[in-house]
Amino acid sequence: MTEVSTFSPPAGTVPAARVRGLTKTYGTGQALVRALDDVTLDIAAGEFTAVMGPSGSGKSTLMHCCAALDTADSGEVWIGDQDITRLKDKALTRLRRDEIGFVFQSFNLVPTLTAEENIKLPMAIAGRRLDQAWYDSVVATVDLGDRLGHKPNELSGGQQQRVAVARALASRPRIVFADEPTGNLDSRSGAEVLELLRHAVDDHGQTVVMVTHDPVAAAYTDRVVFLADGRVVDELRDPTREQVLDVMNRMAEQTPS
Amino acid sequence: MIRAALKSLLGRKVRLLMSTFAIVLGVAFVAGSLIFSDTLNRSFTALFASTVGDVVVRPVGGTTADGAPSTVTLPASLLDRLRDVDGAARVDGNVNAFGVFVISDRGKVVSGFGPPAIGGNWSDAPAGHGLQGLAVVEGHEPHGPDEVVLDERTAERAGYAVGDRVVIIPSTAVQPEPGADFDSLRLTPTLVGIAGFPSGGSLNGATYAAFDTATAQDLFLGGEDAYTDVWVTAADGVSQEQLRDAVAEVLPDGVEAVTGDDAADESASDLLEAVSFLTTFLLIFAGISLVVGAFLIVNTFSMLVAQRSRELALLRALGASKRQVIWSVQLEAFVLGVIGATLGLGLGVLLAMGIRALFSNFGLDLAGQPLIFAPRTFVAAYVVGVVVTMAAAWLPARRTGRIAPVQALRDDVALPESSLRRRLWIGLALIVVGLAVLWLGLFSDLPHGGWQTGGGILAILLGVAAASPVISRPVLAVAQAAFARLFGTVGNLAGQNSLRNPRRTAATASALMIGLALACTMAIVGDSAKASVDRSVEENFVGDFVVSNVIGTGFTPAIGDRMERVDGVQRVVRERFDAGERDGERQGVSAVEPADVGSLELDITDGDQSGLSAGSVLVQRSWADDEDLGVGDQLTFEMPAGERTYTVGGVFEDNPVIVWPVLLTLDDFVDAGFPETDNVLIVFTDDSPGIQDRLDEVVADLPVVTVKDQAGFAQEQRAPIDQFVRIIFALLGLALVIAVLGIVNTLALSVIERTREVGLLRAIGLSRSQLRRMITLEAVVIAVLGALLGVLLGVGFGVALMYAVRDQGLEVISVPFGQLAVFLVLSVVIGVLAAVFPARRAARLDVLRAIATE
Repeated sequence: MTEVSTFSPPAGTVPAARVRGLTKTYGTGQALVRALDDVTLDIAAGEFTAVMGPSGSGKSTLMHCCAALDTADSGEVWIGDQDITRLKDKALTRLRRDEIGFVFQSFNLVPTLTAEENIKLPMAIAGRRLDQAWYDSVVATVDLGDRLGHKPNELSGGQQQRVAVARALASRPRIVFADEPTGNLDSRSGAEVLELLRHAVDDHGQTVVMVTHDPVAAAYTDRVVFLADGRVVDELRDPTREQVLDVMNRMAEQTPS
Repeated sequence: MIRAALKSLLGRKVRLLMSTFAIVLGVAFVAGSLIFSDTLNRSFTALFASTVGDVVVRPVGGTTADGAPSTVTLPASLLDRLRDVDGAARVDGNVNAFGVFVISDRGKVVSGFGPPAIGGNWSDAPAGHGLQGLAVVEGHEPHGPDEVVLDERTAERAGYAVGDRVVIIPSTAVQPEPGADFDSLRLTPTLVGIAGFPSGGSLNGATYAAFDTATAQDLFLGGEDAYTDVWVTAADGVSQEQLRDAVAEVLPDGVEAVTGDDAADESASDLLEAVSFLTTFLLIFAGISLVVGAFLIVNTFSMLVAQRSRELALLRALGASKRQVIWSVQLEAFVLGVIGATLGLGLGVLLAMGIRALFSNFGLDLAGQPLIFAPRTFVAAYVVGVVVTMAAAWLPARRTGRIAPVQALRDDVALPESSLRRRLWIGLALIVVGLAVLWLGLFSDLPHGGWQTGGGILAILLGVAAASPVISRPVLAVAQAAFARLFGTVGNLAGQNSLRNPRRTAATASALMIGLALACTMAIVGDSAKASVDRSVEENFVGDFVVSNVIGTGFTPAIGDRMERVDGVQRVVRERFDAGERDGERQGVSAVEPADVGSLELDITDGDQSGLSAGSVLVQRSWADDEDLGVGDQLTFEMPAGERTYTVGGVFEDNPVIVWPVLLTLDDFVDAGFPETDNVLIVFTDDSPGIQDRLDEVVADLPVVTVKDQAGFAQEQRAPIDQFVRIIFALLGLALVIAVLGIVNTLALSVIERTREVGLLRAIGLSRSQLRRMITLEAVVIAVLGALLGVLLGVGFGVALMYAVRDQGLEVISVPFGQLAVFLVLSVVIGVLAAVFPARRAARLDVLRAIATE
């Protein structure tokens, strides 16, 4: 297998996010861990991208840095035309609010608010007017029916995660990050959530980046980027479950035991 | 297990210390008041022991209301007879008088409101048990009419040194020669000596001016060769009791001998009783801050236990028994209680020093007396600190026992909560019981009504606190809706958060509620008392001016004589008062000239003015009702000059101008053996311009006597109430500080508890300032809830209290709405301030780590 350091989207599309030479280390001396080792990567707009890799490969760190939740030691992260590594807290907050949507593994809904209030929360915080047509179509795809007025603890895990996805989509962010969104769900609920993300990409041109280690989840995406030891080591386009498994097996074999 | 408990305690130092603060304050009040009262005790016992001889010979009933010597004296011939008594080593006659004021070099009276200003003859007689009494420590003893000795502290406070001319006004001195100048009342002897206790100690703020015996007799006894009391010193090997019995045999009727020990105890216990209200007062506040503190501890422990429920479940899964888990929490409470008590004890020492300093401002000077630490102070501090903390932690601790081991494996462990319905019922039951007890305390004739009143108020407060999670829900819902409207999403979130755990919100608010309820009660009581004083002064003030002594003690009748001769003065009414004994209890009596009753405009309901005549008295309505007396009944008093019986000749409606409920004629008053001094003059004038200046001029040389018009008189009557209310507010302020810390604590803990949620909100774009605003609004909700409940309860208590005492001369119920509004506004400010620290902390949270928090 060849060492790959730069992956570019197909010609003619503008990248939604660009990562340039991103490096992040934890600890010092003997205990030094390179979570990200000079990663360079473009995330194509309107694509569903999966980031995969074994535990400790740096995939979560990469996403956190891209999503302005974490800071890197060096390198640049561009969301649209902004280098977010140079932004101050206020601007970062605004960026997260206006340009980025999140879906967490553990749902992270506000327990005091209803499903509907949770979905509208980012716009409410931003003080922005709600795009009612868009909101209606999002809610329709999320398919919560009459449970919109319920509090999170009255919803099933799958429903909660669908609310979380709706919340991420509702503010029409430039890019949605999903951190193992199906990790806490049974396969049926997980499939519903993945369908939802797929629809957002296909029907509305939403850019979605998902961290996962589930080959089934990866098969829903347009492109899979594989990370190992903080470096991008491979990628697949229009992957199938078998192809993904194949790459993963290969990577496992290469890892010295 | 113990180590696990201690470790977790260490891991939460700051939070626990904040909740300890309440315990610290409570214990400090307990320790401070005990230390202070012990110190006070010791200093008075020591003082009085060195101011009595082995045996004191004195006229029966020979002291007046404030302990001053009466006008009944012992003839000099008695001393010779006493010298012949077996076992008497020496006999010394004393001349003592009260109201002998030392005026400082700046023209101010050196004295406080409590301790007496004593004048007397210098004597080097040893005190009882051979103790050295006052001795001249600088200069020499006084000789002749122009020399005086002052006690150390007085000389120092007045700014005099040996050799200076000293101004002394013996305001109780008998009348100067007719036509003589007032200068004869104003003595300017030379200070020739300073007296002190060589073995340490002080006069506790009393002032003492001593002349030689002849001068003292001239000044205080009208030149009579007599004494107010006599000290007999025991010969070697003769006990005080033996000497007393021997002395008693030679005494004429109306003269008694008491041992020095008894005399000292008597004086000390009288005084200590007078100041014991303060100790009671401080202990009540100790109780309040401990109750408030207990709320905070319940709250803190509930939250800490909730956060640790998974850890506790793990301990259970690893084989710890229910009891072990419960006691591990109790152990934490124990350690916390010990820490709190220790800090409280330290603070208590400072508090005692503070009270001592405060008292020296009022004239009770204990500077020479070191603080006394009795073992019971330590015991009380630790028992109170530990018991309260452990008792408060018991409820949350017991709940930990219900955590199942399997919950260690679960993600979200919820602590089992007792049902709100049960709390509501318990709370309502407490409120009902409290109302009943309060009613008993206020409106029934049971003894110790104060206890029932206090107990009832406490029960109602606890009941409301218990029921508050339910009864406060509408308030919280309204607040939430209002916030959502005013502050949008941030307001909505804050409102929802306060509704999320109504127990916690309500418990935190309850701490504030208690402090504010009591503050409002006091505000109403104080305001009503002032309004009542104003009204009664307005209704009853007769004449144009009132002349009285700053301290209420008597002054020479010569002042009245002078004022009668002032241009424009139509009439001067003299009022005197003092106290005799009736059925073994001190009872104050007033006296006026019968001819003056008409001008006092007394409202005589039974009998008429003629009821005041020789041997016949008028009595005040409320007192007559209490004592079940009517016209024609007999009243027997033990007066300084012996037993006197009076007939009730009439009953008059209560009137603040007549200070005591029994009104005698001036002649009967003098006959009873009271000094011939006026206490109050009521001056009727023609209102001609400059009249007050001319009256002021009469007393210009006597800074202790002041002339007041109606406004000034009302002001003077109100002043003690104002001072009282201020002191109470200061103490309640501390209860509010505890409450604020409670809010800080609750918010800080709930921010920690909600770390993940805070992280999420930040992740989806909540800015730091929005987050701070959200937490501030939460604090404001808590504070406003506590303030609303507190003000409502406080108004209820205050009005109930005032209603109960409406027939005791406090008939106006006045609610100071302005002040209550200030309390409400203040509570919002308190909320905002309380949120500063937790909000900063929340805003600083690292978003990523917050989200990752389990």
